[in-house]
Amino acid sequence: MQKTISKGEVLAIFLCTLVAVVLIPCLNAFLPESSAFHISNFSINLWGRYFCYAVLAISVDLLWGYTGLLSLGQCLYFALGGYMMGMYLMRMIGSLGQYHMPIPDFLVFLGWTRLPVFWKPFSSFPFAMMMVVLLPGALAFVFGFLAFRSRIRGVYFSILTQALTYAACLLFFRNNILMGGNNGFTDFKFMLGYDTRLPSTQRALYIASAVFLLIVYLGCKWLTATKLGKVERAIRDSENRVLFSGYAAANFKLFIFVLAGVIAGLAGALYVPQVGIINPGEMATQNSLEAIVWVAVGGRGTLVGPIVGAIFVNAFKSWATEAYPDYWPIFLGGMFLLVVLFLPDGLVGLARHCVNLFKGFGGKPDPAAEANAEAAAEPAAPAAAAATATGAHLPVE
Amino acid sequence: MSAPHILTAEGVNKTFDGFKAINDLNFHMDEGELRTVIGPNGAGKTTFLDLITGRTKPDVGAIRFGSEGVDLIRKSEYEIYRLGIGRKFQTPTVYTDHTVFENLLLSLEGSRGVFATLFARVSPAQRARIREILQTIGLSAKEDAKAGSLAHGQKQWLEIGMLLAQNARLLLVDEPAAGMTDEETAKTGELLLSLVGKHSIIVIEHDMVFVRQIATKVTVLHQGHVLCEGTVDQVQNDERVIEVYLGRSKKH
Repeated sequence: MQKTISKGEVLAIFLCTLVAVVLIPCLNAFLPESSAFHISNFSINLWGRYFCYAVLAISVDLLWGYTGLLSLGQCLYFALGGYMMGMYLMRMIGSLGQYHMPIPDFLVFLGWTRLPVFWKPFSSFPFAMMMVVLLPGALAFVFGFLAFRSRIRGVYFSILTQALTYAACLLFFRNNILMGGNNGFTDFKFMLGYDTRLPSTQRALYIASAVFLLIVYLGCKWLTATKLGKVERAIRDSENRVLFSGYAAANFKLFIFVLAGVIAGLAGALYVPQVGIINPGEMATQNSLEAIVWVAVGGRGTLVGPIVGAIFVNAFKSWATEAYPDYWPIFLGGMFLLVVLFLPDGLVGLARHCVNLFKGFGGKPDPAAEANAEAAAEPAAPAAAAATATGAHLPVE
Repeated sequence: MSAPHILTAEGVNKTFDGFKAINDLNFHMDEGELRTVIGPNGAGKTTFLDLITGRTKPDVGAIRFGSEGVDLIRKSEYEIYRLGIGRKFQTPTVYTDHTVFENLLLSLEGSRGVFATLFARVSPAQRARIREILQTIGLSAKEDAKAGSLAHGQKQWLEIGMLLAQNARLLLVDEPAAGMTDEETAKTGELLLSLVGKHSIIVIEHDMVFVRQIATKVTVLHQGHVLCEGTVDQVQNDERVIEVYLGRSKKH
């Protein structure tokens, strides 16, 4: 069978990891701010968030690029993971809030004097982490089970995912579900005993995000190369054939949908202590649509694509929202149009194309591309010749 | 009545929005037989295959499979597949982004569950079996080519190969010669004939030259009902068949 990973790739992954996990944090921690090579706390924080976005983008691509399920509500799972982490962080504020009460400020504001029952276990970090996995996973399971069992496909599936995230967004805006309402959770102070406002804590969160991205990348690399991964891609290309090859396609879709939900939830949990806030805006439909654009720009159906796309689009956004604050939606839409019209395989596809072109000029054409072009161009006759040459049962008259 | 029936359909009816696609259909087929089903457009040929494979369910009637007489109506598509019924679609339906080898690998008997496929490995026996099928369908040279890059006829053969890989007892082949050159059509016929005895095969076809090449027994469907059965010559000389194919306009 084909190899999962090539030597060049191992080297590239190793170098990227070295830079992201070791070099950049060192430049931030050990160089004086006056140095030209110093990396600011702001940048560290920004890149930590980009890495969380990149993980979210991978989860979108697992569904869209690999299984053909266009989920327009992936930020819902991201936000739910974030909310679960947020509940833990709110409990860690203790009595240091504005009202100096042992319960979160917004509850005091709503007239509560004691902690609601469902808030109690969130003082425990392991419990909160368990919920970070369980809540998005359970929601994805229930929604996926109903949708896939009823054979909801294509655009109908997409619309439902979007409706679900919109409904959840409206729900979380309400004060009476005791999840902070409009303002959500903010003013975090401590996480595992460390002050989240300190650069060192933010640096640790940045490293955790980078490492988590690496784990998700390698895990998905492995997953997509397994037979299960092949079945997922087969569902994308021909679901009927998959059914008539004896696979219960609904189960395979459910598996990947739950997995993507859990991955997005974990990314959200890492994201929240870095931005210092979680509110229902995070579930807004446009966020999920933006994540789709990241994947499209980077290159769908690859694992590098979503990472490149998430970082590129967000870096562009950071610049554009500062330079031209009113025009960001136009930039975003324009970028999407450009990619759809001219770069169907995204930036990764463009890079691959350039490499092939370069090899072509060097007189060393890419053998795979050539073979494909040949196969596409030739009629059946040479294949028949090949068939007889290999002693096939198909006789030539 | 010597060989056991592999497929029995009795009193099957199926109505779509008032249109009787299948009307009191009775169909019997022996184990190891190659049967050709012909009929004008809208005669219910493809609906018949949909009913066998569980894609649609009949309003009334029974469809039984094998000497054990397993009731197919209560089964879902993948359960019917697991009983040993394979289907080739009218338009070639292969996994375009996978290689020819992977297409066969996914069709090969073996793990089908979510977690079983997660840790599945390709055994040497499986590899050998895939190579053997590649020889049979004449695509050995294309093992590592993407299925999407194959010519139309090659895709058709690959799909037949996928049915062989699943080791189906009953192959349902919907218009295998559609869009093929004469040479490719002839080869497809040879391929199907070479499978007779090892598998039971139902072929749906329009091309009468092709039907003549492969057919032992022909069933003519008309308005969802079996009009007549017999050899190619018997069927072609049957008054009723001539009428439904040629003389419909005369009658009205």
